[in-house]
Amino acid sequence: MGKPLIEASKVSKVYRMGDVDVHALRDVSLTISEGESVAVMGPSGSGKSTLMNILGCLDRPSSGGYWLVGDEVSRLDRNALARLRNRTLGFVFQSFNLLSRTTALENVELPLLYAGVSARERHARAREALEHVGLGERMHHHPNQMSGGQQQRVAVARALVTRPRLIVADEPTGNLDSRTSVEIMALFQELGRSGITLLLVTHEADIARYASRVVVMHDGRVQSDQRQTPLRAEPIPAGAEAAP
Amino acid sequence: MSPLQVLRVAVRALLRNKMRSFLTTLGVIIGVSAVIAMVAIGEGAKARVEEAFASMGSNLLVVLSGTTSASGAHGGFGSMPTLTWDDLKAIRSEASAVRYASPQLRSNQQVISEDQNWATSINGVSPEYLLMRTWPVAMGSPISQSDIEAGSKVVLLGQTVVDKLFGSNADPTGQSVRIQKVPFQIIGVLARKGQSATGQDYDDAAFIPYTTFQAKIQGGLQKFIAGALMVSAVSSEATTRAQNQIATLLRDRHHTPIGADDDFSIRNLTEMASAQQEGVKTLTTLLASIAAVSLIVGGIGIMNIMLVSVTERTREIGIRMAVGARPRDVLSQFLVEALALSFAGGIIGILLGLLAANRLAANFGWPILIRLDVILIAVGFSGLVGVVFGLYPAQKASRLDPIEALRYE
Repeated sequence: MGKPLIEASKVSKVYRMGDVDVHALRDVSLTISEGESVAVMGPSGSGKSTLMNILGCLDRPSSGGYWLVGDEVSRLDRNALARLRNRTLGFVFQSFNLLSRTTALENVELPLLYAGVSARERHARAREALEHVGLGERMHHHPNQMSGGQQQRVAVARALVTRPRLIVADEPTGNLDSRTSVEIMALFQELGRSGITLLLVTHEADIARYASRVVVMHDGRVQSDQRQTPLRAEPIPAGAEAAP
Repeated sequence: MSPLQVLRVAVRALLRNKMRSFLTTLGVIIGVSAVIAMVAIGEGAKARVEEAFASMGSNLLVVLSGTTSASGAHGGFGSMPTLTWDDLKAIRSEASAVRYASPQLRSNQQVISEDQNWATSINGVSPEYLLMRTWPVAMGSPISQSDIEAGSKVVLLGQTVVDKLFGSNADPTGQSVRIQKVPFQIIGVLARKGQSATGQDYDDAAFIPYTTFQAKIQGGLQKFIAGALMVSAVSSEATTRAQNQIATLLRDRHHTPIGADDDFSIRNLTEMASAQQEGVKTLTTLLASIAAVSLIVGGIGIMNIMLVSVTERTREIGIRMAVGARPRDVLSQFLVEALALSFAGGIIGILLGLLAANRLAANFGWPILIRLDVILIAVGFSGLVGVVFGLYPAQKASRLDPIEALRYE
């Protein structure tokens, strides 16, 4: 285990819905070390999405402290949060969230655009990332010309193109069939071996088995937190998709 | 993101909805082209008025003698000579705002050539007179200072007089005409000047040295000027100053008591010109403000579409924020889109406006004057419209919550 990447201490999140306070998170403390792959599970309304938003620097906690790579995130303003998302984090979403009518290459370049990387380097790095996820042939395709699995691989390429420390994946296999899901998990496991930490939100126990640690949320609290030996996702060789 | 990249992203977003982008800019296009065309026409009209007054002479003042009142009947201005030749000398030497001053002695006389005759106005003037009226000699030479000193019997004819006595396009230079039985040598013919606003033919006149006029046409009254003085100021701004200097000088010389009426009157021709120009300016302002209103309407159109666009692209904004776009990046993206729309509208509007102005000028024979500063103001204004009306939607976009934006369907 490496040094702690994420340190959340008594993090709470309260939403106001009309006159009622909704406690989405209650005093959640969690430490994730570098290189871990953590699956966050739980029924809907358990607070797992809220936790992911806070750990992914999309939202700030109502109380408690959150340190990401030593930065006290709960004190940062919107600009600094954007910078963290850009430099330190990569996101993969259930619904892929690619820009439509924009090529795969340009989608992958997007984070680099906001990082101020030169055009030449953007192209080179985006190309490399797409080749890494096995989409070297489809760089100039638009999302609507690609299958769900391919779109999600573009999203993974977009997440890793900035060489982040942490990839936050919100139900990344939710819209994919089981075969494609395994492909995506194989991709994540490969990234994990290169030292990238993975935070995976899922409600599928099958998917959680590929993680090295499973955190179960319930009613805004951590119900259980167990380490496990991850199941190895069998990487499917390129071209094997066509086989019977 | 560098400004160039922001611009590229904005232009690409606009090109994705070509028809909508075009319709959005239409308001600005119409507004700007209206401004350009209207101002071109207004300025053209102003220039034509200015030209009309320039043909009368520039910065002119006319000094007239006082009035007589005999047995209760008031004569008009000039009916009683009060201006002396010494007054003229004093005006020339003492009034600093005065450039030229010339007497204008006038009498209607028959001009007789060998086989024709024609009644016209004979004017006794000094050499400066034609300079003041910016009236060049077409053939021959003008009246010289030595003609004045010698009292030469020479005459400059207007084109109409030449037409009547010698036929059109004739060159009578060197020939003689008789005025009041005195033979005058024709030393030149004046360029054609056309008609005044009231239909008076400027070319129906003849000019002789004022000294000759005094001796041969008028007779008697040698101390007083039996006519008017024409004075030009050093510049159009100085006309009022020249007017005041002459009034003070003449009141002083005529020993007019304080409180008593002037025994002369001064008419300012530039005042008439500026009154006319005021009228045209009012018209131009009116046209321009109508055009400006349409520009603002165009701006509201841009704001409307940008608001729709922000709502439509909420998810895109969420994605951009998730991968690291700062609020500032989102703000500048939408602001630049609005600016690009309004600038494109501005450029197309200028071209259309120039085209419209040219067509109007060609079809209706209206004068037009295209001024660069008006074009720059129109471009600047359309840019301003883009910023003002693009700011609110852009701010709305930049203040979106990334989580909400990502969830937006």
